Amino acid sequence: MSYNLFKLTEKRILSTPPIIYLVVLFLIPTLIMIFIAFREPGEYGGVAPLIQHIGKSVTKINLTFDSFKFALTSEFIWQLCLRSVKYSLITTFCCLMLGYPLASLIAKSQKKHRDVLLLLVIIPFWSCFLIRIYAWMIILGPQSGVSHIINVIIGLFGYQPANLLYSSFAVIVCLVYINLPFMVLPLYANLEKHDEAIIEASRDLGATRLQSFLQITIPLSLPGILAGSALVFIPSIGMFVVPELVGNNCSLMIGNLIKQQFLQTMNWPLGSVTAIIMTLIVLGISLLVGSIARRTGGLKYATK
Amino acid sequence: MAILEIKNISKVFEDNLVVDNISLNINQKEFFTLLGPSGCGKTTLLRMIAGFTKPDSGIILLDGIDITNLPPEKRPLHTIFQSYALFPHMTVFDNIAFPLKMAKWNKSKLIEQVEELLEDVQLTKFAHRYPHELSGGQKQRVAIARSLVDRPRILLLDEPLSALDARLREHMHVELVKLQEETGVTFIYVTHDQSEALALSSRIAVMNLGKVEQLDTPQDVYSKPETYFVADFLGKCNLLSAEVLAINHNIITLKVADILEFDLIIDEVENIIVGQKGWYSIRPEKVKAKRQDPDDEDLFSVKATVKGYYYYGDGTLYEFLLANGTKIQSMLSNNKATQASFFNDNSDVIIAFEPESGNFLVR
Repeated sequence: MSYNLFKLTEKRILSTPPIIYLVVLFLIPTLIMIFIAFREPGEYGGVAPLIQHIGKSVTKINLTFDSFKFALTSEFIWQLCLRSVKYSLITTFCCLMLGYPLASLIAKSQKKHRDVLLLLVIIPFWSCFLIRIYAWMIILGPQSGVSHIINVIIGLFGYQPANLLYSSFAVIVCLVYINLPFMVLPLYANLEKHDEAIIEASRDLGATRLQSFLQITIPLSLPGILAGSALVFIPSIGMFVVPELVGNNCSLMIGNLIKQQFLQTMNWPLGSVTAIIMTLIVLGISLLVGSIARRTGGLKYATK
Repeated sequence: MAILEIKNISKVFEDNLVVDNISLNINQKEFFTLLGPSGCGKTTLLRMIAGFTKPDSGIILLDGIDITNLPPEKRPLHTIFQSYALFPHMTVFDNIAFPLKMAKWNKSKLIEQVEELLEDVQLTKFAHRYPHELSGGQKQRVAIARSLVDRPRILLLDEPLSALDARLREHMHVELVKLQEETGVTFIYVTHDQSEALALSSRIAVMNLGKVEQLDTPQDVYSKPETYFVADFLGKCNLLSAEVLAINHNIITLKVADILEFDLIIDEVENIIVGQKGWYSIRPEKVKAKRQDPDDEDLFSVKATVKGYYYYGDGTLYEFLLANGTKIQSMLSNNKATQASFFNDNSDVIIAFEPESGNFLVR
């Protein structure tokens, strides 16, 4: 009894710092953001005062739905939202297609090689994110060998030389590159735990290699696929540095708009509204995927 | 009639000859056991039959057809794994239906067949449970039902009972033999547990270091071991150094443990010569012990002293020392109301045995 009490107190004490951290740095800013969404924009950024005195006895409370109305009816904002979702989905899909074989290779390799291979996946984190994007600007730039080879090849089919950099192609390439480790690591953690005997049993009971992969390996790695996809999809959708550095006007994402509203157009309420819309989109998609996964039974094994 | 013929199979793993030129014939409807210590190659041999491992040389014939290079899914035989290897994301029903789905059975026939199997293994009530909701014994039964649902030609069992507790294991022994008789499927059973092998099998192949040391019925493997390893591995056995002093037709005179000398009638004398060294093996339960000389002509008797004993409940294992310090064990059955004979440490006794209840093993 007293031991349990001690355990409980201990847990409470240990969990206090992270709770404070989350409240101060996550919950409060979110609440501020929601509050700002209902305010009027200030003349030079920020927000207009909440209570405005006009004359002696007339006061005006500056709360409004205008920013919401504007955002929800703006075709441009919806277009950006749609494009962000599209880019993030493509990125997630590419990461999955590239990450799954890689994670599976690492999980199946000998124990002494695994650590080295995992290290190779993580090594890019050792250098700054921006520097790595700049490196991609060189790789995809018009002077680079990659550009040259690709243009020679498409030239053979009679196409005009293409500019790889400053395009939606470059945005996707960089998004995939940046996010790939976040797909590989959870997938590896899942695949590494798979029991080889279960795969063998499926083959033994009449499944071909492909059937075994589709009916046994994929369902069993669903928790890893979902975790990896969430870790890739969610940061991708809010990304603004990548489209800004390697994209063009037609590949801007929702993150760029939010940044613009706060730093250039100085319309904080509209920026906040856009941020809220983005959060809701991510939340909606996550809930949808989660409920589909639960219904198909994919998570039953994971919760064991 | 042989259902499975294994011809000159060898397998090397990292410079280790794991399976060394093994040839075996396994008969239809047989309960065949591969018995041996861990690392003797029995599991590797089983995996080569199942198709998970490719032999380096040799061929495997099933019903006279070469299956050496067929992938596992094309072989009409199934394996029961030590870990059961149930599919954790499928219900019991779906697990058992899996082989039928792979073979594209039509739906109503599939349901009928799976339900019949569920009934056979008494798991009808658990059809919609997931494997992690089952006990070890129930998982075992699901694994068996899943492997028998499409009536394979052969069922391979890789130490299937080693994860169960002793009582359940004994219960499963009975179940397995019953199941094998009912279905008529040929069983190839891998185990390192000699009592399990003796109780279940119609024939046993005792393996050591990648070779089959002896292939016989359980009775013959136990009572007529042909090599030192077989005598030592199966049950308890006194293994005394021996030398052939004389050969007279099919009677050889042995000098055992330097001080015993007796005649032994044997079946084959061809590869035995005078002066041949080897061992005389005799099971402890064949060795009797009395306070007085039994005075029986068929028995060979010798004086010994009691060194100690182990009480097993149904029997007591005594250790005796011969005059020159050679140790001989004797298992005395506790089949009387009071313990038949109880010897104090260091007391003198007469031990006696029929020479023919033991065997001469060539070195």
